Amino acid sequence: MRCSILFDTPDEQLLAERREFPECFRDLNLDQITEAVTEGREAYDLLPIFYLPLSRVEAVHYRHQVFRDFSKPDVFACVASFSERMRGVRAALVETSKLYCNLQKQREHLDTVGGYCEAVNSLTRALTLSDLGSSGLIRLRQCLSEYTVSAAFGSLAAETESLQADLSAIAYAVRIDGKRIEVSRYGGEPDYAAQVLETFAKFRQGAVEAREFTFRSRSVMNHIEEAVVERVARLFPETFSTLARYCDEHRDFLDPVVAEFEREAQFYLAWLEYLRPLEKLGLSVCYPEISQDARSSHCFDTFDLALAHRLLAEKGTAVVNDFELHAPERIIVVSGANQGGKSTFARLIGQVHHLAGIGCLVPGREATLPLVDRVLTHFEREERVETLSGKLEESLERMRMLLARATRSTLLIMNESFDATTVSDAAFLNREILRRVMERDMLCVCVTFLDELASLSDRTVSYVATVDPEDPATRTFRVVRKPAEGLAYAMAIAERYGLTYERVKERVSR
Amino acid sequence: MKAHLMYRDRDVDLQAKPAPGIPDLVQDLSLETVFDAMGAGDPYLRDVAQRVVPVGLQDPAAIRYRQEILADCIAQPQIVRRIYALAVSAIEGERHVWGFTLRYPEGVLHRSVEVLGIFRDHLRDLRGIADEHTEGFHSEGFRVLFAMLGRELEDAYLASIAEHLRRLQFRKSGLLMSARLGHGNKGTQYRIHMPFHVRWSLRGRLEGWAHKLMGGEASTFVYELDDRDEAGFQALQELRDRGIAPVASALAASTAHILDFFKMLRAELAFHIGCLNLRERLIAKGDPVCFPDPTSTGECLINARGLCDLSLTLNMQERAIGNELSAERECLVIITGANRGGKTTFLRSVGLAQLLMQCGAFVPAERYQAGVCSALFTHFRREEDAAMRSGKLDEELSRMSTIVDSLREGAMVLLNESFASTNEREGSEIARQIVRALLERGVKVLYVTHLYDLAAGFYRAPPGPAVFLRAERLADGQRTFKVLEGEPLSTSYGADVYRRVFKAPAG
Repeated sequence: MRCSILFDTPDEQLLAERREFPECFRDLNLDQITEAVTEGREAYDLLPIFYLPLSRVEAVHYRHQVFRDFSKPDVFACVASFSERMRGVRAALVETSKLYCNLQKQREHLDTVGGYCEAVNSLTRALTLSDLGSSGLIRLRQCLSEYTVSAAFGSLAAETESLQADLSAIAYAVRIDGKRIEVSRYGGEPDYAAQVLETFAKFRQGAVEAREFTFRSRSVMNHIEEAVVERVARLFPETFSTLARYCDEHRDFLDPVVAEFEREAQFYLAWLEYLRPLEKLGLSVCYPEISQDARSSHCFDTFDLALAHRLLAEKGTAVVNDFELHAPERIIVVSGANQGGKSTFARLIGQVHHLAGIGCLVPGREATLPLVDRVLTHFEREERVETLSGKLEESLERMRMLLARATRSTLLIMNESFDATTVSDAAFLNREILRRVMERDMLCVCVTFLDELASLSDRTVSYVATVDPEDPATRTFRVVRKPAEGLAYAMAIAERYGLTYERVKERVSR
Repeated sequence: MKAHLMYRDRDVDLQAKPAPGIPDLVQDLSLETVFDAMGAGDPYLRDVAQRVVPVGLQDPAAIRYRQEILADCIAQPQIVRRIYALAVSAIEGERHVWGFTLRYPEGVLHRSVEVLGIFRDHLRDLRGIADEHTEGFHSEGFRVLFAMLGRELEDAYLASIAEHLRRLQFRKSGLLMSARLGHGNKGTQYRIHMPFHVRWSLRGRLEGWAHKLMGGEASTFVYELDDRDEAGFQALQELRDRGIAPVASALAASTAHILDFFKMLRAELAFHIGCLNLRERLIAKGDPVCFPDPTSTGECLINARGLCDLSLTLNMQERAIGNELSAERECLVIITGANRGGKTTFLRSVGLAQLLMQCGAFVPAERYQAGVCSALFTHFRREEDAAMRSGKLDEELSRMSTIVDSLREGAMVLLNESFASTNEREGSEIARQIVRALLERGVKVLYVTHLYDLAAGFYRAPPGPAVFLRAERLADGQRTFKVLEGEPLSTSYGADVYRRVFKAPAG
């Protein structure tokens, strides 16, 4: 029985195994976002799940349903505690595999199995009591119940418990004399250290300046420890032969269904944990309505996730924005005030589309979005000596390669492309590229200071970063749908940084 | 004992916090490439280069002091490398003495004895080199160093070290302890016991053996370590090791002091060795190399001939293209012209030469004479700030503002396409105001720009003595990567590049 909670069909899963890092991640700050989301969960290798958009609307819905179940507090809590325990089990297995002393391995294995049985039992109990709505989790619950009532699992749990009790009852003595070590049963001799301390207690003065030597406890046994425990085993032969037989019988105890669920659940847990604190900023997230090829789309009260998390840390206030495209509009041209939030606006559109494509809840109050096959970004790159080629050529070359991969389901985001050149060059190049974008009928966001691009055709729609009308140097970070104004406020900002002629002269000391 | 091979009157400080602006300098001038060449695969040399090169000297006399020491190194590379190798070998020798046992008092003790032996040999060899080669060195720095080595490391002193190298034996006594099985069946809850119980007495043991001889089950199992089983003895040692800690730490402190001397010697020489490595690279590919001539602080003078971009030439097989710059009193240099024309390279070449001159090194030029500047800053265009704290213009202005905070008279600022992130008209205005103010405050400005409005405006009405350079572009559109004197032109030929990349027809 297939129990994947991430993919509704095996085909979709197969597609997702193409795991290349999308180039747009860095520009869209999706790298920061996904890194923060998967922080502490590196071992699960979750990043690839975030890389590739799903190819069908049904696959997106499948994840939405599971998300809705995970949003229930009781479901979330029991899966979170299960995964915590399983993490312990995995860590212990890795540690154990590094060991070479059999007696040590066996004991570690025994205790690890103990942890595993407990984790599976309590997850199954909790899920049985939960009210589940997603086909993914219902299917999974069925798989788990069948597993825990099986004879194999029952005897595993019972044997584990009784062996653990026997081993912790053992006590033994060691005598070291030169190169000779003798191991025997402990005969009840009194603690000598305590006697010594007592004898010399009267000499104790204040603290003395002495280098403290600490005795680190290594996880791996040295061969002396090994020699000792081997002799202890000979002192208690029945217990240790039971342990050896137990380990032979239960070498591979980890059920594949359980292991797969553990990994897949992390995707949902991590994303919900990442979104949860945003409430504090008064921000909402929503399940976008997805269609394979929406000609009109929108997202209201949306925001840049990476920025919102930064604001959380700094206790700032968030600004939300809307975007809408009504057919035949395909290109959003963003112009207006510097530092007015243009790049952030472009970035959040990219984020929202990509996140919707992987079946996640997206930032915003309400959204209808097309399923895009990829988001391409063209942001300014730093010049590198090694390339030995000028930045404009490199920039154009990059654009040519992006366009070569684009389809009509592709979203292209251009952020002040080609502005390292003169105004007339920048205008010429941007127009040429947008013409190619329209030929392909792609979706596009174009951030530019060239307001003339906003009125290029009926496919373009103008968005403008606004300023406070009272004080042009104050940005509102609101980007609104309205005709381009062609206003920049650079000198006002220069003033704010103390970089006008008078201020610079004052500041540079003689 | 001091080895003043960097400063006449103080040690090189590798822990100093980099001054503001240095990370930008490193990035903008591609200094990583230079550090790599100086390191030549040795991470330590690279690290020292990275810490020392950006920290310029401001006094021409201090620059010459270092140049003379470097000249000695260039004249006697084998001997200098031998001294360096000695310092490294002492440090490595110390490092390779079983640091593994450091947690154990007895291990610390044995180790200190062994390290002192290594150090004694190296100190002896070091003095030998100093005795033998004093004549070949002429710089003040080396002469003082060699005299000191002869004086401080005389034979009687070296012999006294040997005296300290024999010590301490431990009586091994029987120990009895008990334990339980903890995690992974490892022993836990260790307790030590007096072996007074009857079964540990002679009678008890005899009874035990008798019991076994009669066919009874053994109650004691014995393990005996092989005499060569060092790790095994170490493990045993762990249980007995707590008593000798004070002696061990005193001896460890003495070895630490001598180690510091070798580390200091290595640090002082590392910059010079790095320069030797760099010079070998340049000589091998035929690039010009010369010692620059630093003139008095703050002068606007720059006289350069055959000046190459060091970072660029280190990345190429062929010889770099050299440029000239002749500014006697012009504190403003404006560079305009074709994309891909070598403007950034030119700007970088001046910045690198200035930096190299001020750290006492040679420069990749046929000639370089320049005023020593009080500080060097770069303001190059950047990729958008990943922290999203600011838009591009804000990011540029914020960086410029930080630079202005550190600027004082006599500094040099390299601007590369600064303030082009807003439109041309406003960018030009911002730049114009800043540049004028800087010049009036005695700051040298070199500015690569596409802002035609700015460049043409300065050309018509210069804010002070100025040089205008242009990246050369031949009539057929070819670039020569030469930067020549010339008036700013009004287009950047972006259409050319577009047609080439997209293979679109002309016009």
